[in-house]
Amino acid sequence: MIVGEQKPLEEIWEMVKRHKQLTVFGCNTCVAVCHQGGNKEAGILASLLRMKAVQEEVDIDIVDSGIERQCEHEFFDSVRDLMSRSEAVLSLACGIGVQFVATKYETMPVYPALNTTFLGDVIAVGHFTEKCQACGDCVLGLTGGVCPVSRCCKRLSNGPCGGSSNGKCEISKEIDCAWQLIVDRLEALGRLDDYEKIPPLKDWSKDRAGGPRSFKLEGI
Amino acid sequence: MTVDVKTNSRLEKVLKSGQLAVTSECGPPRSSAPEGIIKKGELIKNHVDVINVTDNQTSVTRLCSLAACVHLKLQGLDPVLQMVVRDRNRIALQSDILGAASFGISNILCLSGDHQSFGDNPQAQNVFDIDSMQLVQTVRRMRDEGKFLSGDEIKVPPNMFVGAAANPFADPFKIRVPRLAKKVAAGAEFIQTQCIYNVDKFELWMEQVRDRGLHEKVFILAGITPMRSVGMAKYLRKSVPGMDVPEALINRMAGVEKEKQAAEGITIAVETIQRLKEVKGVAGFHIMAIEWEEKVPEIVERAGLFPRPVID
Repeated sequence: MIVGEQKPLEEIWEMVKRHKQLTVFGCNTCVAVCHQGGNKEAGILASLLRMKAVQEEVDIDIVDSGIERQCEHEFFDSVRDLMSRSEAVLSLACGIGVQFVATKYETMPVYPALNTTFLGDVIAVGHFTEKCQACGDCVLGLTGGVCPVSRCCKRLSNGPCGGSSNGKCEISKEIDCAWQLIVDRLEALGRLDDYEKIPPLKDWSKDRAGGPRSFKLEGI
Repeated sequence: MTVDVKTNSRLEKVLKSGQLAVTSECGPPRSSAPEGIIKKGELIKNHVDVINVTDNQTSVTRLCSLAACVHLKLQGLDPVLQMVVRDRNRIALQSDILGAASFGISNILCLSGDHQSFGDNPQAQNVFDIDSMQLVQTVRRMRDEGKFLSGDEIKVPPNMFVGAAANPFADPFKIRVPRLAKKVAAGAEFIQTQCIYNVDKFELWMEQVRDRGLHEKVFILAGITPMRSVGMAKYLRKSVPGMDVPEALINRMAGVEKEKQAAEGITIAVETIQRLKEVKGVAGFHIMAIEWEEKVPEIVERAGLFPRPVID
């Protein structure tokens, strides 16, 4: 899922304070799981902004709302009236949702309340970790199900580098060395011999480097 | 003696003549003035076969390795271009290889590079388009097949002796020799290792290297860095990932009064070389006297590695 983290209140306030009306708009799927951008968080953020407005003596009407997903047209049906009355939207969606709103409502200002941080999982309650960079050319079949692109700080195709120490990465003792994990997995699978295979150079044209990506289902 | 050499590298000629090679390194200045690197080269040129020039080591911005190599080359020295894949994509890497070869630079050491978080621009993007192993493959393909990665022909291919690094002390230990085997399969012709302080562990690694016959396929230069003080020894042990400084060595440094610790560090370096000279498969020494280049001649002489062979 997509993980995001709320921006500092000050930064949000600076973006939105010049408006007379603001809709604080949650997105109740991915970013709700990490308790940053769901409809509940939209309600809390709206309250904080109302308090801020009072403190700063700024007159601004703040409404909170939300939908299931800000990245698909059909979910917006329920907020048609609200959107037509809104002067500006503070979206708690990931960057995808923010852009979807901006495209859908051509003349309405929309601001991001979150920094979209990564594609990750929930390894423990309240603990989210990056697992994928959407490189467009998955190598997990070669690496025992551990991704070197997103989890090795140097995204090495042939790691580990000389900085791997006691299972940790050279840049932080908080970060597992992805290649230690890959070696452990290959060994557990009885495939350590595969370690010595040198993969072909990665085709980054399938990554962000190749320009914005899209695909279209035929016949729908 | 006639040996089958592929390049104009002095290092290749020394190694293939069966003599122990001595290499060292110089870090370029954080300035546009070339005098510093030229002076460092002058200090050590008679005591080493070739001189590595580091490439923005520890991710701190410096005068570029390629330009510094050119300065040394113009002084008649034989530099080793260190090239990291952190800062350049495959277009820039191939381009710089051609540029270096155009100045007659005959050696390259292919590295991943320290992560930028250690340097002066931790906010920088990193590239890592290919990795160090694939850079080895790239240079070999350019040299031996006369081809770019795209498959296009290179009319005058770069003629370089190709090296890589190995760290026998990083984890997991069990893949340290397999990883060397990968680098050899990728085309590495010489290896410069991480600084060796835990000699027992290095010898164990060398034993595994010999078990696989890798010492007959690649020249292994043992990395030596003299310690200037017990403080440096402790710092290396505690704070440098992938560095293995045994407790006994720290105690030995600590047992010497402060003014004499630098001399003790030199002696340890000399003793390490003398012990490793007896290890089968060690083809030479890479002496990295970090900002202490003036001590390289003493180490080389005391270790019995002087004079250096005369190469045409």
